Amino acid sequence: MSGGIQALTMPKWGLSMQEAKIVGWRVEVGGEVLSGDEVVDIETEKIAAGVEARDSGVLRRHVAGEDDVLPVGALLAVIADANIPESEIDAFVTDFQASFVPPDPAASEVGEATDTVDLSGRVIRYLKRGDSGDAVILLHGFGGDLNNWLFNQEALAAKHVVYALDLPGHGGSTKEVGDGSLREFAATVAAFMAALEIGNAHLVGHSMGGAIALTFALAHPELTSSLTLIGSSGLGAEIDGTYIDGFVQARRRRDVKPHLEKLFSDPSLITRQLVEDVLRYKRLDGVQDALATIAKQLFPEGRQVAVLRPQLERLQLPTQLIWGEEDRIIPASHALGGPAAVATHTIPGAGHMVQMEAAAEVNRLIQSLVV
Amino acid sequence: MSTKTFQQAISEALSQEMERDQRVILMGEDIVGGSGGEGEMDAWGGVLGVTKGLWGKFGDRVLDTPITESAFIGAAVGAATSGLRPVVELMFIDFMGVCFDQIFNQAAKFRYMFGGKAETPVVIRTMFGAGLRAAAQHSQCLYPLFTHIPGLKVVIPSTPYDAKGLLIEAIRDDDPVIFCEHKLLYSEEGEVPDEAYTIPFGEAAVVREGEDLTIVSLGRMVHRAVEAAQALAGSGIDCEIIDLRTTSPMDEDAILESVENTGRLVVVDEAHPRCNIATDISALVAQNAFGALKAPIRMVTAPHSPVPFGNALEDLYIPSAASIEAAARELVEYRS
Repeated sequence: MSGGIQALTMPKWGLSMQEAKIVGWRVEVGGEVLSGDEVVDIETEKIAAGVEARDSGVLRRHVAGEDDVLPVGALLAVIADANIPESEIDAFVTDFQASFVPPDPAASEVGEATDTVDLSGRVIRYLKRGDSGDAVILLHGFGGDLNNWLFNQEALAAKHVVYALDLPGHGGSTKEVGDGSLREFAATVAAFMAALEIGNAHLVGHSMGGAIALTFALAHPELTSSLTLIGSSGLGAEIDGTYIDGFVQARRRRDVKPHLEKLFSDPSLITRQLVEDVLRYKRLDGVQDALATIAKQLFPEGRQVAVLRPQLERLQLPTQLIWGEEDRIIPASHALGGPAAVATHTIPGAGHMVQMEAAAEVNRLIQSLVV
Repeated sequence: MSTKTFQQAISEALSQEMERDQRVILMGEDIVGGSGGEGEMDAWGGVLGVTKGLWGKFGDRVLDTPITESAFIGAAVGAATSGLRPVVELMFIDFMGVCFDQIFNQAAKFRYMFGGKAETPVVIRTMFGAGLRAAAQHSQCLYPLFTHIPGLKVVIPSTPYDAKGLLIEAIRDDDPVIFCEHKLLYSEEGEVPDEAYTIPFGEAAVVREGEDLTIVSLGRMVHRAVEAAQALAGSGIDCEIIDLRTTSPMDEDAILESVENTGRLVVVDEAHPRCNIATDISALVAQNAFGALKAPIRMVTAPHSPVPFGNALEDLYIPSAASIEAAARELVEYRS
């Protein structure tokens, strides 16, 4: 906020995002905006979603028009107190536009490229963001990759050093997964931390990544600062087995899309490019075997083998559970009935990919635990 | 993942499959450098250098052949039936005429005539297409001939990513595959994973999503369609572009689903207009999605004439982005 005036700008969601199209306004000029409210819907090459207001205020000006395609950082709207005169809003917009330089696509890629680390022959790809503060490690779910955190990592990196990694068998990491067990994955996380000299870390895990985080914390409580488990596996036996099998087997666009739609409360968020990215991953040699090995080990016959709920009781760590109320993969009821010390947050209007669908809320919850 | 050219993508696919499977061999004219001659080995790597460096890595598994297409295509088909997986390069698709029997009557028929028991895992890589000032005998788009024959699979990639994934799929396929590379795409760049991957045959790519009009295309013409779609977007005409990637098998569902949605179809094919891919798709849509059509189907193709040698005439011969754009505008304005 500059003198009570807030610029709502085009966010940067993920490495490859350069620009996005304005789909439509959710708040008209003169409307009240609360911090975290979605003000405008935009569509990137990969995904459609709402841009949230950072602070509360009144929406004073739409600067971008519907169907405009604007670069990252461009001014979309102005939010300010109701008592600030129009002339000051005009001056703010003029100043902003005069000094705004769209990012150079070539330069932004160099600065934000992923790294890899070789852990005894197993190459792990990761993205590090943020310069100072505690370490936070983000662990994606089954079939996912570090891009699952594209709405979260940047926000968390403001105050922390945030690592998003591709688990073995996923993304740009080695496709060999050993026996595909939670212990195997947790050992990879430990090796990753040792290799990068991360003393201890806040672990944030989504879905299968939640069960991995929990397994890691049980084995290495001294290395774990806190645990945030999002739509997590490992807390009950139920899971949508048709999703797991369907995702593993699908090779074509029309087969994979219905399964991806189950991940979101609002299936229209899935773009052609998102489906294409999943297919490009699934086509790589070794991925099919990796996913099948993991699925057989963790989710045979549509059930979760590892239910770590009793161990959760024993864990003396700041822990929270976050769930999308409309999760169709792992039921939101798994968030309930945990130990009293474990905070539980169920978010309405969001599905299994709650960290994408309700990013602001999830980021706020993570930040509240990772202090 | 890194940026690679179409040519590098093909070379990498060959190299990785040769590494993975000892049965994969390469054959073709000058693909080593003219063995038996006085010259330097591995100097050429094929007429445009696609296989350069592979002889150094794989030695005798990269074979120079004499200039006898009928003999070496026959040899490759025979080798495929007896346990090897040859990838044979037939320099220009225009030269296929001398080995039609080996391809049409032998390779394409074995599985069928031996009751499904015979496999013929041969890939014939070949260059096609106009624009290289190579005249009428080195510039044709003869893929419709192969698409016509049951028992052959026909692949026509348009991007480096597709070229690598489709070539690896072709090499691992147990049937004969005609792999057609447009000569003007070799320097095209794109993101290509370093790892091996496969793209299934018979799945078209939706290059661009749109509501107003469907453009079905293949090979180099996909890029022209994209150019046209960008120009049309400026006038508020929203095109969907489907890249067939393979013409046999063909992804009929993708075409029909798209036309059901847009109601308008332009098919762009660099081949001559009689019995080409454009006529085939037009018939498919007229038979199965007639009710969805809001306007006639338009085919944008080369004329029914040999490829001219004169630069100006050759440029005129190849379907242009402007001609695709004009066809699209005509359909959108039809009866409106």
